[in-house]
Amino acid sequence: MNNKMLASHHPLDGQDGEYGQSLWSLAWAKLRKNKLAMFGLGVIVFMTIIAVLTPLLSPYPQEAQDLTLGAVPPSAAHWLGTDTLGRDLLTRLMYGGRVSLLVGFAATAVALVIGILWGTIAGYFGGIIDAAMMRIVDILYALPFMIFVILLMVVFERSFLLLFLAIGLIEWLTMARIVRAQVMNIRRQEYISAAVVTGLSRRQIIFRHIMPNVIGPVIVYVTLTIPGVMLFEAFLSFLGLGVQPPASSWGVLISDGVETMEEYPWLLIFPGIALSLTLFSLNFLGDGLRDALDPRTTVDGDGG
Amino acid sequence: MIRIALNRILQGIPVLFVVITVTFFLIRQAPGGPFDAERALPPEVIKNLEATYRLDAPVYQQYFDYLGNLLKGDFGPSFRYPGRSVTELIATGLPITLELAVYALAVALVLGLLAGLLAATRPRTLQDYLPMALAMTGICLPTFLLGPLLVLVFGIWFEWLPVSGWGYAPGDKILPSLTLGLAYAAVIARLSRGGLLEVLSQNYIRTARAKGLSTPTILFRHALPGGMAPVIAYLGPAIAGLLTGSFVVETIFQIPGLGRFYVQAAFNRDYTMIMGTTILLSALIVVLNIVADLVSIKLNPQLRQKHRHE
Repeated sequence: MNNKMLASHHPLDGQDGEYGQSLWSLAWAKLRKNKLAMFGLGVIVFMTIIAVLTPLLSPYPQEAQDLTLGAVPPSAAHWLGTDTLGRDLLTRLMYGGRVSLLVGFAATAVALVIGILWGTIAGYFGGIIDAAMMRIVDILYALPFMIFVILLMVVFERSFLLLFLAIGLIEWLTMARIVRAQVMNIRRQEYISAAVVTGLSRRQIIFRHIMPNVIGPVIVYVTLTIPGVMLFEAFLSFLGLGVQPPASSWGVLISDGVETMEEYPWLLIFPGIALSLTLFSLNFLGDGLRDALDPRTTVDGDGG
Repeated sequence: MIRIALNRILQGIPVLFVVITVTFFLIRQAPGGPFDAERALPPEVIKNLEATYRLDAPVYQQYFDYLGNLLKGDFGPSFRYPGRSVTELIATGLPITLELAVYALAVALVLGLLAGLLAATRPRTLQDYLPMALAMTGICLPTFLLGPLLVLVFGIWFEWLPVSGWGYAPGDKILPSLTLGLAYAAVIARLSRGGLLEVLSQNYIRTARAKGLSTPTILFRHALPGGMAPVIAYLGPAIAGLLTGSFVVETIFQIPGLGRFYVQAAFNRDYTMIMGTTILLSALIVVLNIVADLVSIKLNPQLRQKHRHE
């Protein structure tokens, strides 16, 4: 982000006054003051970097096995110990994290694309188009989707693609509602009337003037959706209906860990910590972003 | 009120119809038949089996048969447990799952409201931060992690409570109920704190204080009913979550409820069983959502107003 603006020690008072602070630099300044949110952001960035670089960073190759070893507790050679098949837990955790994060990000992206398109169209055109589109959302909302995703995983070959699509197909509903409400709100603002009067095309208005202002609440919801999705993937994998071997994810590792927790508790505890810490961080970051992007709060942290 | 209720129920019927139809035709798409045994069966045997389970009729015929049987409460025979009907299996599992869900809901409401009340009466003190930190932990600690951890600590290390079963040993219902309920207690704590704080800042609370009413009277008579609106609105989704959460909890604690049947049926490709449980659970969730909606409309005059104008 824009460091020059942030480094300034102007007494920010929450109004875009003489310095012409943009919404984003203000939000960033507010976010930086929120220690929990910054901690969350740090963890997420760290986890993402690790996940991307896993093939380079992992202490052992993915399938490396030392059967003579069996399950040993954490040691210098194996920082987090090994599992019952003599595989290094840290390595498995890193590769599993890639899958967990990928599912979280990819399924959320699916939800994001559908939700934004649906919500923007419904909100912008209003009237009968809006009524019909939101009616569909209402009906879908009433369906118990969790059960349907499980059904899909049973009926079709369990693949990553199906997992992304199935989870994404649940989450877009809320996204569409949020975007629609926001678009309808913005449409009534005077600057949109002004844009219409200046003769801008509908596309320009939607993409240049409406979409950017919808982003705030969407970002917040995205940050809170990713942990939900990761949780759901882990839930499915725990039941054996999600990520299939030889691929693994944190949910799979937890599920494996439960089976041997009496003898080898570290096999449950470390994957548990990895998943919980990530969920924690995303939730804190989401809460922090919500406060930061709310124009009613000030940089000093209290509500306006 | 009755008109709103009727309206809601009428909205629920097409949803159920969609559920049944989608489930039926999805299951038909599934690879591998229910009789894929490890040893190949002679074609005559398969033919006989198909005739018995009426799989030789055209699909639309099977669909209407299934719909007709559903109306009579008959979910058809189980493909995996010969001689037993899905209705029988459901009848043994459903009461257990419902009992578990009720206990978990009680855990969630009692602990959640208590924590929310504590936090809201003294905001920005330890009495607020501590329960809220616990609630955040509860939200981020998934059921399938919390359950095994509780088992590890209270069942294996301290040996205070049984680690599995349902109604076999005294106290074996405690850990499953806690496991399923705690996450919802956490959400309810946050919601009730928010709701109460909002209400406590209203003028009528100040009036009540000025009249010299005691703090408990203000809290329970005046603040609680209004502050509960977000919690009541959350009950519908919470109940749906409790029912799907039972999949995990029943698997961890080896409880012979509907959730465990469902997961097992999913593994065994017991198609009639999957269909039956999917439809039943969906119907339950849809119905309970309607009930939760009606309760929150009944309790909240503002919502009542809104629905009258619809």
